[in-house]
Amino acid sequence: MSELKSPDAWERFFWPIAAAAMLLCVWHYSVLWTGTKIFPSPLSVEKGIAELFHKHVLWADIADSLRRVAIGYGAAVLVGVPLGLCLGWFPPAHQVVNPLLQILRPISPIAWIPVAIIFFGIGDPAAIFLVFLGAFFPIVVAAVSGVSSVPLIFRRAGRNFGLSNFQLLRKVVFPAAMPQILVGLRIALGIAWLVVVAGEMIAVDSGLGYLVIDSRNSGKRYDLVVAAMLMIGVMGLLLDVAFRRLEKMKSVRWGFRNAA
Amino acid sequence: MSLAQAGLAATPNGYKLRAKQLGMIYYADSKSVAALEDINLDISDGEFICLVGPSGCGKSTLLNLMGGFLSPSSGSVTIDGEAVTGPDQRRILVFQERGVFPWLTVEGNIGFGLSKLPRAERESRIAHYVQLVRLQGFEHSYPSDLSGGMKQRLQVARALAVNPDILFLDEPFGALDSITRVIMRGELLRIWQTERRTIVFVTHDIDEAVQLADRVVVLSSRPARIQEILNIDIPHPRNISSSRYLELRDELLKQIGLAYEI
Amino acid sequence: MRVPVWLRPVLFLVALLVIWEISVRMHPGLILPGPIAVLAGLEELLHHGLLLKYVVASLFRVTWGFVLATITAIPLGLALGWYRRGEMAFNPLSQIFRPISPLAWIPIAILWFGVGDLSSIFLIFVGCFFPLLLTAMSAVHNIPAVYIHAGRNFGLSSKAFVARVLYPAVIPQLLVGMRITLGVAWLVVVAAEMIAVNSGLGFLIVDARNAGNRYDLVVAGMVVIGVIGLLLDFTMRSLEQIRTFRWRSSED
Repeated sequence: MSELKSPDAWERFFWPIAAAAMLLCVWHYSVLWTGTKIFPSPLSVEKGIAELFHKHVLWADIADSLRRVAIGYGAAVLVGVPLGLCLGWFPPAHQVVNPLLQILRPISPIAWIPVAIIFFGIGDPAAIFLVFLGAFFPIVVAAVSGVSSVPLIFRRAGRNFGLSNFQLLRKVVFPAAMPQILVGLRIALGIAWLVVVAGEMIAVDSGLGYLVIDSRNSGKRYDLVVAAMLMIGVMGLLLDVAFRRLEKMKSVRWGFRNAA
Repeated sequence: MSLAQAGLAATPNGYKLRAKQLGMIYYADSKSVAALEDINLDISDGEFICLVGPSGCGKSTLLNLMGGFLSPSSGSVTIDGEAVTGPDQRRILVFQERGVFPWLTVEGNIGFGLSKLPRAERESRIAHYVQLVRLQGFEHSYPSDLSGGMKQRLQVARALAVNPDILFLDEPFGALDSITRVIMRGELLRIWQTERRTIVFVTHDIDEAVQLADRVVVLSSRPARIQEILNIDIPHPRNISSSRYLELRDELLKQIGLAYEI
Repeated sequence: MRVPVWLRPVLFLVALLVIWEISVRMHPGLILPGPIAVLAGLEELLHHGLLLKYVVASLFRVTWGFVLATITAIPLGLALGWYRRGEMAFNPLSQIFRPISPLAWIPIAILWFGVGDLSSIFLIFVGCFFPLLLTAMSAVHNIPAVYIHAGRNFGLSSKAFVARVLYPAVIPQLLVGMRITLGVAWLVVVAAEMIAVNSGLGFLIVDARNAGNRYDLVVAGMVVIGVIGLLLDFTMRSLEQIRTFRWRSSED
């Protein structure tokens, strides 16, 4: 904002790489200077990543984590979006249900584990349930908010053209609320990714989260711990980027500039 | 062109729209505010009526009542002899801004009310109205690519596509710059003369009213009553420097109570 | 008879509780407790003074972690956001760190801080740091250019500019980001306590289950977590509503 001149195109790549390089140097030298035996250096982490890839462990774990996210998140979307649309459409209904939602929402999915285990036992279904919980609330909130912020003009125009209630919901309210719903879906996806990793550290025995815990427990392989963490970060970022692409396609078309 | 084709055939009881002793009272907190009082208005088929009045006087309320978006506290509105009880495809409202659906293309918007028609007819109608409002070349564009004037033309096209009897326009050019506004007035008149409908047009712009309307209905400030109805007896195209035009304009300014020397 | 508006959600909740209680009674031997058992559990915790102790412990950790993250991430984020190159440099890195669940930092936390309070505070710190950093950067971005120009136009010194234009301009968005991040912190503390410490509400849930399947205490703990999380959110929202911070609404 207050620079000497506008950054050039090449700088878009230069600066992040420079920052990353600086970070790696600091990391490398800290490990060297403190003489730690346990905490890995960047090089050993790199070797660790290669090792994980070679052993095919990484692909399996990534696949497992993604699978759980897909099912849990998918379920949250299928249940949450229609529910949110209904609640947004019928404010009295929302008013009745909202307090319950607001009390359940701050309860970390992790805290649900004991209850999840009662219903689902230990293993995959419990983890998927946790993902569902984590994604469900942001989606409902976004859908409700999206519907209630549809301008009255659109509803009136829809009615003017003789649309029934259901048609109105489908042809006017839903498309109009879409940008906001998409933002909520993206945020929920990020949360789903966080929850799946956390859940895997506790309740199952495969996946990236489990890899983190297991690497430490079976031999203090901190190089693998950090390697797994980086993979988690990168995967999460890729999911987010992919989703933003999706948003851009729709939002720019509709001219909603504030789909931040 | 026969009278019927020009849309000037007489309706059964002679009037297209009749408002009888229309009144509207709003309730806010525990107070009641009378927005409209004792509105009596008869509009003939194919007429161009302008509603003018000071800001906030209730012009939009009257329009919404006539369109069936609000229920009157007293009195009634009948169109073609039928009481108005709700919104209907036969009378379309065009809004000041943001009325077009941003997720549909130009074609999509114009075709919005046409889903019950067979495809061939729908497509030919859409093409016809794209031509009429001069948006050729933009059929597949989204509203975000259009200028303000173009968006309003799109709204008009969408409204006309369903063949309504009456068009209600609520300050449709209010959000446009003054040059575009002048152009849009010409466009509207051209369209109206090509495809005649009854038009009820709300504006706070005196010149606009005199340039467009057959009759101008002046509303007083709240609670709004019909203060005066002016007959604009100049034929189109109207010369805005002619003495008759200026006379009528002055009369209108006087009615609204504005001094005309700044 | 029309049910008054405020009563409806209450009736709804009561109805759910009744259904819950009935379902539990119909299945004797089910580990899941009914609401009455949960209430009894709550009372027991209160009686033994454990509830208060655990709530305080959890709040203590959240506060420390959140405050530390705030005072480091926000100034840093504002500075980085101000210089476009700064943001270019650190945004991608932050975007990689942000999706890493704070819990995934547990091995490192234990390595650096051992098992205990410091560990969990670190986890909360990590969980809050990146979101707050990104919020601050984004808030600077969203300052309308007109404010910047006006500030310059009136010849403000750098220091005055930051104090009189920058901070007021970013505060509404910062507050929203802080409220959301506080919610995240609350989620993290509960999860972190289930693993790395021996007091607090998260610990209560794990301990209650391990020490004899006291599910009545587990669910009681969950309810308390939900209520306190709600209160925290409410408090932050009230902060947002304070006049001096509310200026944003006037410009809509």
